[in-house]
Amino acid sequence: MTATALLSQAVQLALALALAPLLVGWVNQCRAWLSNRSAPPLLLPYRTIRKLFMKDAVVASNASPLFRLTPYVVFGAMCCAAAIVPSLATDLPFALAADTIALVGLFALARVFIALAAMDIGTAFGSLGARREMFVGFLAEPALLMVLFTASLISGSTSLPSIVDTLAHRELAIYPSLAFAGVAFTMVSLAENARIPVDNPATHLELTMIHEAMVLEYSARHLALIEWASALKLFNYSCIGLALFFPFGIAQGSENWAAIALAVPVLVGKLALGGFLLALIETVSAKMRIFRAPEFLGTAFLLAVLAMLVHLLLGS
Amino acid sequence: MQPDAISLVLAAVVAWLAIGALGIAGLRKLRFVSRVLFPAGAGVGIALAVVAFLAIGAPANAVVLPFGLPDLPFHLRIDALSAFFLVLLGAMSAAISLFSAGYFRSSEGTPPGLICFQYHVFLAAMALVLVADDAYAFMVAWEAMALASYFLVTTEHRIPEIRRAGFLYLLIAHVGAIGILLCFGVLQGGSGDYTFAGMRAAALSPAWASVGFFLALFGFGAKAGILPLHVWLPEAHPAAPSPVSALMSGVMLKTAIYGLLRVAFDLLQLQLWWWGVVALAFGLVTALFGVIFAAAQTDMKRLLAYSSIENIGIIVSGIGLAILFKAYDKPTLAAIALTAALYHALNHAFFKSLLFLATGAVLHATHERSLGKLGGLIHRMPWVAWLALVGTLAIAGLPPLNGFVSEWLLLQAFLFTPTLPQSFVNMLVPIAAAALVLAAALAAYVMVKFYGVIFLGRPREANLAYAKDAGKHERLALSLLAAGCVLLGIFPGVVIHALDPVNVLLVGSPVGEAAGNWLMLAPFGEDRSSYSPLIVLVVIVAVVLVTMQVVHRYYHGRVRRADPWDCGYPLQTPRMQDTAEGFGQPVRQVFEPFFRIERELPTPFDATPRYRVDASDPWWHWIYVPVARAAELAARFVGLIQQGRISVYLTYSFVTLLALLFLVR
Amino acid sequence: MNVLPLYAQLINLFAAILLLLSFAMLAQRRVLSLIDLFAAQGLALAASTAIVAFGTGQHHLYWSAGLTLVLKVFLLPWILYRLIRQLDVKWDFERLINVPTTMLIGIVLVVFSFNLAVPISQLASTVTRSTLGIAMACVMLSFLMMITRRKAIPQVIGFLSMENGLFFAATSATYGMPMVVELGIALDVLVGVLILGVFFFQIREQFDSLDLKHLEKLKEGE
Repeated sequence: MTATALLSQAVQLALALALAPLLVGWVNQCRAWLSNRSAPPLLLPYRTIRKLFMKDAVVASNASPLFRLTPYVVFGAMCCAAAIVPSLATDLPFALAADTIALVGLFALARVFIALAAMDIGTAFGSLGARREMFVGFLAEPALLMVLFTASLISGSTSLPSIVDTLAHRELAIYPSLAFAGVAFTMVSLAENARIPVDNPATHLELTMIHEAMVLEYSARHLALIEWASALKLFNYSCIGLALFFPFGIAQGSENWAAIALAVPVLVGKLALGGFLLALIETVSAKMRIFRAPEFLGTAFLLAVLAMLVHLLLGS
Repeated sequence: MQPDAISLVLAAVVAWLAIGALGIAGLRKLRFVSRVLFPAGAGVGIALAVVAFLAIGAPANAVVLPFGLPDLPFHLRIDALSAFFLVLLGAMSAAISLFSAGYFRSSEGTPPGLICFQYHVFLAAMALVLVADDAYAFMVAWEAMALASYFLVTTEHRIPEIRRAGFLYLLIAHVGAIGILLCFGVLQGGSGDYTFAGMRAAALSPAWASVGFFLALFGFGAKAGILPLHVWLPEAHPAAPSPVSALMSGVMLKTAIYGLLRVAFDLLQLQLWWWGVVALAFGLVTALFGVIFAAAQTDMKRLLAYSSIENIGIIVSGIGLAILFKAYDKPTLAAIALTAALYHALNHAFFKSLLFLATGAVLHATHERSLGKLGGLIHRMPWVAWLALVGTLAIAGLPPLNGFVSEWLLLQAFLFTPTLPQSFVNMLVPIAAAALVLAAALAAYVMVKFYGVIFLGRPREANLAYAKDAGKHERLALSLLAAGCVLLGIFPGVVIHALDPVNVLLVGSPVGEAAGNWLMLAPFGEDRSSYSPLIVLVVIVAVVLVTMQVVHRYYHGRVRRADPWDCGYPLQTPRMQDTAEGFGQPVRQVFEPFFRIERELPTPFDATPRYRVDASDPWWHWIYVPVARAAELAARFVGLIQQGRISVYLTYSFVTLLALLFLVR
Repeated sequence: MNVLPLYAQLINLFAAILLLLSFAMLAQRRVLSLIDLFAAQGLALAASTAIVAFGTGQHHLYWSAGLTLVLKVFLLPWILYRLIRQLDVKWDFERLINVPTTMLIGIVLVVFSFNLAVPISQLASTVTRSTLGIAMACVMLSFLMMITRRKAIPQVIGFLSMENGLFFAATSATYGMPMVVELGIALDVLVGVLILGVFFFQIREQFDSLDLKHLEKLKEGE
C-alpha cells in the first residue's frame, strides 16, 4: 500500500461524493426532455441537499434513537461501497477490505437499516414501504450476486479491482455470459435504485411508493443524507455496471496520474451516456404492479444464472 | 502434575451434576437456585470453554471409565472436533445459565429446583455426547440429553399444547435415535467392536458406508431439524422456557451437527461425492423452506425456530460441500467449506441464543408471544432492544457482524467449485449458490420483520406501556452474547486459525496461513478474494462520526419533535401498522406452493366480518398424517390378537417360547 | 486460458443469443411478439451459420445461411402474420404453468442438456462443438414451450423454433447437413406451416376457437 494508492483512493471517494448528485440531476433532466417537459436545472440536487441541511429537523415524537442514527449509517455504508467500486483506477487499497460479496452485504446493511427506521415511527405507510423494500431486496440480491459471480468466475477473483483488471486489460474477447449478466444487472439496478418499472422515484401517490414511503418521516439533515446516499447508491451501481461491462478507460494501478486524469472525462462521458439510457428506459416503460416485481426480478435472476451456466459451458 | 483435558471435562460434568443434585435438595428455594446454583453453573461453563479451547490444538487424549455393563466400559476421548463443540457448549451454557439466574420464577409448572436439576443434567449429557468414544457411551449420553430436554420442554406441563409438543419432540428424537443406533451397527462392520477406534479401523465397502452415512444423516437430521424431520422444532421451541429454547437451538442442534461430522469424516474412512450432493440438496431445501416459513410466522419463538431450521440447512449444505471436495481430493477447498460450516454453527449458537433470550425477556415483561400484540418495546426495554438489534443484524447476514463471515466463506467455497472434474456437479453448484443467496436474503427479510414488529413502531396493546427492561443478570448475559457476535464478526482470521486443528483432523488439510491474519480474511490469497470486517466497521463508524460532526458544526443540530407526518393522514392508530401477517404476506404470496393455506374470507354481507388465513406446514399432510394413519391401521390389526383373557396371552408366550426353542435348538 | 479466434467467439455469442431468445419465447405472452422473437431467432441462426461458413471455409453453409434468412426471417413470419390477420386472433393467451415455474423447469432443462452435450462435444472435432449444449437446450426449451401452450399458433411457433435448434445443433456438431437434406427440411417446414395454416381454419370452423383444449372432445367414448 503506497501513498499514491491512498491518494487515488481518496480522489475516487471524493469524486463519487461530488458527482453522485450531479448524476441524479442529469437523469432527471433527461427524463424531462424525453417526456417533453422543461427540465429542472442540472444542479438542483445540490441545492436541495444544501437547503435540507439548513432546515430544522422535525422528528416524530415517538422516534427512537435508531431513527436518527439510520441516515448516518446508510450514508456510511454507501461511502464504504463507493470506496470499493473502481471508477477511475484499479489500485484501491480499501477494496481489499471488502470484495463483491461484501459489497452486496453493504447494500443489504443499508437496506435493513432504512427499513427498520421506516418501521420505527409506526405509521401505516412506513411499514408498507419497509415491507416492499425488503420484498424487492430479497428478490434482487440473489440476482445481483449471481451477476457478480459470473464476472468473478471469468476473472477468478471476487475482488472488484481484480475483475476490472482482468476484463479491461487483457486481450479483447467477447463474453456471451457477460451479455446475459449485463441485461440481468440492468434489471436489478432498476429495482434496487427505486426506478421505473419497479418503483417510481418521482411518485407521491401513496399506494405505489416504495422508497419514498420509507423516508416519509425524514426531514432536513436526515433527509439530505438519505437523498445523498440514494444518489451515491445510483452512482455506485452505475460504476459497477461500467466496471463490469464497459471497463475501458479505467486506469490500471495508481502510478500513472496521466491515465487517472484521462479517466475522469471518460468516466463522466460514460456516466452521462448511462444516465441518458436510464432515463430512456424509465420513459419507455410503465410502472408494474408490485406483484409483477417477482416476475421481473425472477427473470433477472434467471438471466444471471444462465450467464453462469453459459460461462461454464463455453468457457467464456 | 498437570491434569489432562479429558479429566477436566469430566470434572465439569461432575460439577454440573452436583449443582443439579443441590437443586433437588433445595426444590422450592427460588432464591438459592437462581442466585447461587445457576451462576455456579455459568462458572463451570466458562471453565469448560477455557479448558476445551486449550484442547483444540492439543493432541487427543482418552480415558476409559469402568462404568456401565460388564465388559462395556465408557470410552471417553477429546480431540479437536470434540473440543470445538465443547467450547461452544461451555460459552453458551455460561451465558444462558447467567440469564436463567434472573429468568426462572415460581410458576404452576415444574418447581425451580427440579428445573435446575434437569437443566444441569441436560448440560452434562451434552458434554458427554461430545466426548463419548464408543457407541454405548454415546447412546447413553444421547438419550439422557433427549430425556432431560424433554422434561425441560414440558416445564409448563399443565398446558395441553405443551405436553403435546413435548411428546412430538420425544417421538422424533427417538425415531432419530433408532437411525443413529442402526448407523453404529453398520459402522462396526461385523467386528462387534463398538468403540469409535474399532469403527475407524473397520474397512467398509462403499455400499455399506453409504448406508451408514445416510442412517447418520437421518438420525442426526432428526435432531438437527433437517427436512422433513423438522416438525418438532416449531412446536417444542415455543413450548419451552426461553433459556431452554436457547440451549436447545444454540447447542443441542449443534450436537447433531457434531455427530454428523464425526460419522461422515472421522468414523467413515471414505467419502463418496454423491453423499455431498445429497447433503447439499437437503441442506439447501431445508434452508429455503425454513426461512420461507419463518417469514409467515406470527409467534416470535416459532419464527426463531423456523429460522433455526434455516441455519441448520446452511450448515448442512456446508458439510455437503466439504464432503464433495473431500471426495474429489481437494482438501484445501474442503477445509474452507468445513470451516464455513463450523463457523456458522458457532455463529448460530451466539445469535440464536441471544435472540431466544431476548424473546424470553420480552415474554417476561409483556406475557405475550404473539407478534400481533407487541411493538414499540425499544422505548420501554432499551437494553434488550439494542442488544437484540446486534443479534438481528448478525443473523440477517450483514457485514461486519458474524453471520456474514460464514456466509462469505461458504459462497467463496461455492465459487471455486468449477475446478471439480465432473461437469454435472459443476453446473449444479451455481444453482446451489443461488439458492443459498436467496435463503440469506430472505433471512434479512424475516429478521426485519422480527425486530421491527417487536421492538419498533408503536405499542399495539395498551399494557405494553408497563413493560420493564430486563434485570442485571439478563442484561449481562445478553451483552456477553452480543459481544460474541461482534467479536466473531470482526476477527474472523483469529477464529479460523483456531479452527484449523479441526480441519486437519477431519479433511486432512488446514485452511492454512493463506487464510490471512487477524485483520484480513483471504482464504485464496488477496488477489482472489479478501474481506476485512474490522476495516469495514472502522470506516463506517468513522464516516458516521465525521458526518455527524460536520453536519452539526457547519449547519446546526436543532431538532423539533412533532406528531408523525404520514402523508397527512389523521386518525392513525397503532393497529394500522403492519402486523406480522401483513409483513409476511408478500413471501406467502410469492412462495404460495410451499404453503398449505386455508382461507376464510368474509362475504360483503357479513355484519361482523372475519378474515382468517392459516398458512400451515404442508409436511404434516404429506408425510406425518399418512404415517399416523398407517400406524393406526396397523394397530387395529395388532389389536385383533388382544383378547383380554389371561390364558390366551399365556398361550402366546408359550407358542413363542416353543418357536424360539425350535429355531435355536 | 487460450483466446479463441474471433469468429468462434462470435459464434458463442450468437449461441448465447439463441438461448436467450428461446427463454424469451418461453415467457412471451403475446402472439405477435412471439413471431417477432421467432424471426429474431432465425436471424441469429442465419448470422451464426454465415459466420461458421466464413470461419471454416465451408462454402455450402453460405447457402444454408441464406436459405435460413429467407425462410425463417421473412417467409415464415410473413405467413404467420397473414394467418393471424386472417384468423383475427391477436389475443393474449393464458398458459398451463405459471411463468416462474416454467422458467425454473427451463433452467433444469438447460443444465440437463448441457451435461448431455459434454461427452458428445468431446467427440466432435469442430471449433463450434461447445455450442452443441446450447443447441440441445434450445430444442428442449422449444419442446417445453409446445407443452405449456394451449393455443394452436404458439404451438406451431414452438415446433418451428425446435427446428431452429436442431439446425443449429447440426451446424455446430458437423458443420451442417448435406445440402439436399437441408433443402428437404426447409421445404418440409414450409409445407408443414402451410398445411397447419389450413388446419387452423378447419379447427376454428369446427370449434369457433383455436384453443387446443377443444381437441380433447375428440376422444372416443364420451
